[in-house]
Amino acid sequence: MAKTRVLKRIPLSLSERTYLPQIVTGLKTTFSNMFKEKVTLQYPEEKPSIPQNYRGIPTLVKDPNGREKCVSCQLCEFVCPPKAIRITPGEVPDGDVSREHVEKAPEEFEINMLRCIYCGFCQEVCPEEAIYLQDEYSSSGYTREEMINKKDKLYELGGTLPDEHYKWDNKKKAELEGNPH
Amino acid sequence: MLNLELLQVLGLKIFFAFLMVSVVMTFAGYSVLAERKVSAWMQGRVGPNRTVLPFVGHIPFVGSFLKGIGIFQPLADGLKFLFKEEIVPGHVNKVYYYMAPLVALVPALTTMTVLPFGEFFHHSGKSTPLILADLEIGILFILAISSLGVYGIVLAGWSSNSKYPFLGGIRSSAQMISYELAMGLSLLPIFLWVSQPGSSIASLSLVEIANSQNASAWLALVQPLSALIFLVALFAETNRLPFDMPESETDLVGGFHTEYGSFKFGIFFVAEYAHIVIGSAIFTLIFLGGWHFLPWINDPWPSNWVGTLLGTGWFLIKTISLIFFFIWIRWTLPRFRYDQVMNLGWTKLLPLSLANLIFYVILVTWLDLSAATP
Amino acid sequence: MNLLDLLFFFFSSLAAGGGLLMVVSKHPVPAALFMILSLVGVASLFVLLEAFFLAILQILVYAGAVMVLFLFIIMLLDVGPDGGKASKIRILSGFAGAVAVGLIIVLLLHFSQQSGFGLSSNAWPEINADSFVNGSNLTFSTSVKNFGYGLFTKYMLPLQVAGFLLLAAMVGVIILSKKFRIKKP
Repeated sequence: MAKTRVLKRIPLSLSERTYLPQIVTGLKTTFSNMFKEKVTLQYPEEKPSIPQNYRGIPTLVKDPNGREKCVSCQLCEFVCPPKAIRITPGEVPDGDVSREHVEKAPEEFEINMLRCIYCGFCQEVCPEEAIYLQDEYSSSGYTREEMINKKDKLYELGGTLPDEHYKWDNKKKAELEGNPH
Repeated sequence: MLNLELLQVLGLKIFFAFLMVSVVMTFAGYSVLAERKVSAWMQGRVGPNRTVLPFVGHIPFVGSFLKGIGIFQPLADGLKFLFKEEIVPGHVNKVYYYMAPLVALVPALTTMTVLPFGEFFHHSGKSTPLILADLEIGILFILAISSLGVYGIVLAGWSSNSKYPFLGGIRSSAQMISYELAMGLSLLPIFLWVSQPGSSIASLSLVEIANSQNASAWLALVQPLSALIFLVALFAETNRLPFDMPESETDLVGGFHTEYGSFKFGIFFVAEYAHIVIGSAIFTLIFLGGWHFLPWINDPWPSNWVGTLLGTGWFLIKTISLIFFFIWIRWTLPRFRYDQVMNLGWTKLLPLSLANLIFYVILVTWLDLSAATP
Repeated sequence: MNLLDLLFFFFSSLAAGGGLLMVVSKHPVPAALFMILSLVGVASLFVLLEAFFLAILQILVYAGAVMVLFLFIIMLLDVGPDGGKASKIRILSGFAGAVAVGLIIVLLLHFSQQSGFGLSSNAWPEINADSFVNGSNLTFSTSVKNFGYGLFTKYMLPLQVAGFLLLAAMVGVIILSKKFRIKKP
């Protein structure tokens, strides 16, 4: 049990009651502060270092082979709390040999940045690791339409991330070796 | 009747007055910049360093240096005040609302007529002070006119017709009355001292006060308590931070200028800083030897135009360091509570300045008598 | 008419006009402001008479201190415009005003009979060195030193009496406003 300790109030001495020594001490502190190193970041020229797990603007990424990862399962659209994501599913274009393993691809993928709350649920829920909240944090536009990120914009922002699983490659390899599951 | 010579003198006076006003206003504008810069440095920031004129920024080295110290910032600030939308709230008392900023600015600018800032040496070696009007009662003039400055604040507070400005106006008037007494009483021992029997000085002129400190002790060293009381009262009269009751943005939003915007606010702002500039100049003249060199040392500069320039520059250096001190205090001390301000003024400073006065009256009398006996 | 006359008419109309507006304005705050205007006008008249010291004291004491106090009290008590409820006082003040105007007219007529309309040189006793500081070797001037010398030699008694009167008034105010607690047995 915490014990209450009553502190004795010592009456102020004469020099303390004139405030002057304390004022001088304060003045010394502020004066020495003037010559310390400045903490200001000259923002547009200098940018702060972004931590690894930062949740910036949600983006779509491609796998190291340059293939579209998103299979348009619409889980992110479902889980998105402010309903900022809208996906129009479509067919994988015929003759695209590199992507014949998947059934669907997004025809359109829109993220409304005026609604997005940067919660990162979409990244969490994505089975293909196709959507990532990366280190970009500054987005601006003149109109509401400009603030809706379209598919090409999302891929431009996302770029290519290194993949650790190669899910589809491994699956294909297993299929070829006669061990589908 | 008006003749040519009179017109010439009048024209010259008007020219000098114009020059003086523009110099003081420039100083006021740049003390705003100094305030922003010094506060930034004290808080580990950089301060304004972005504003730049079109072509100046491209000059190598010099341009970026000027940009870095924000030399063009006051220009941009002033223009911003000019071009802002002028919003007049519907509930204000229009005539007085428009009048208040002018009433605040005019006394601040009028006091500079009796403010000497150097001396001019003739060929014969005689010197005349650089001043618009060498009034014999200079210091009384300054005290009187600067006490009118409070009407701007009171008027703004009353005509805005809303709570916070009203409180600011009331506080300002109460504070002004309280500290004017201590200020006047702290100056009396100074004038007793310099015009004690036997000295050639017999007036309240600022020029003579400054000249009496030539090659002798500064009055701040002779009467440190008077200097301290005067400085504290000066902070209160200029509404600077430990005493910025009328403004106190943390509890009165913006105090008397809550309802003001655009250029009218700008005028209040400039008036406040003009008060600081002139207050610093007066403190320099009375307590820090004016344009004379260090205490007990003769002026090292020659008695010609070089000396005039150096003396004026030395005066400006002193004034600017005092302005810096004003800013330094502002970013160090927190604000007093209203009742603490009143308490300090009436129960501490006023008795202290009275005791100080009585002490010096007795001292001067004793010195006078002991000088007369042998 | 030269410049001095022009300035005299300007400042005297400022003083008189300010006084008039002070009386007729309904709200106390503008009334106080007009009074300041009137005081500044009077101070300027002192300047025209080359009595700078008096002018500055007028501004310092009345416009700078007393009127600030007036405004402070008006604003603190939040006195609004008087909505014609004091009709009796109005009659009384009208009567007082009529008497004052009558007195001024009588005085004006009295002085104008002496020599034309303006004040003659013998309307007032001439002010010279003798009448100012008796027996001192100071020449007459409006300087502060002469003023102080006169105040502390010839007019010492009136000064002390006035100071004592003010002190008595101050003590009276403190006694009236302070709440003395009555000790109950």
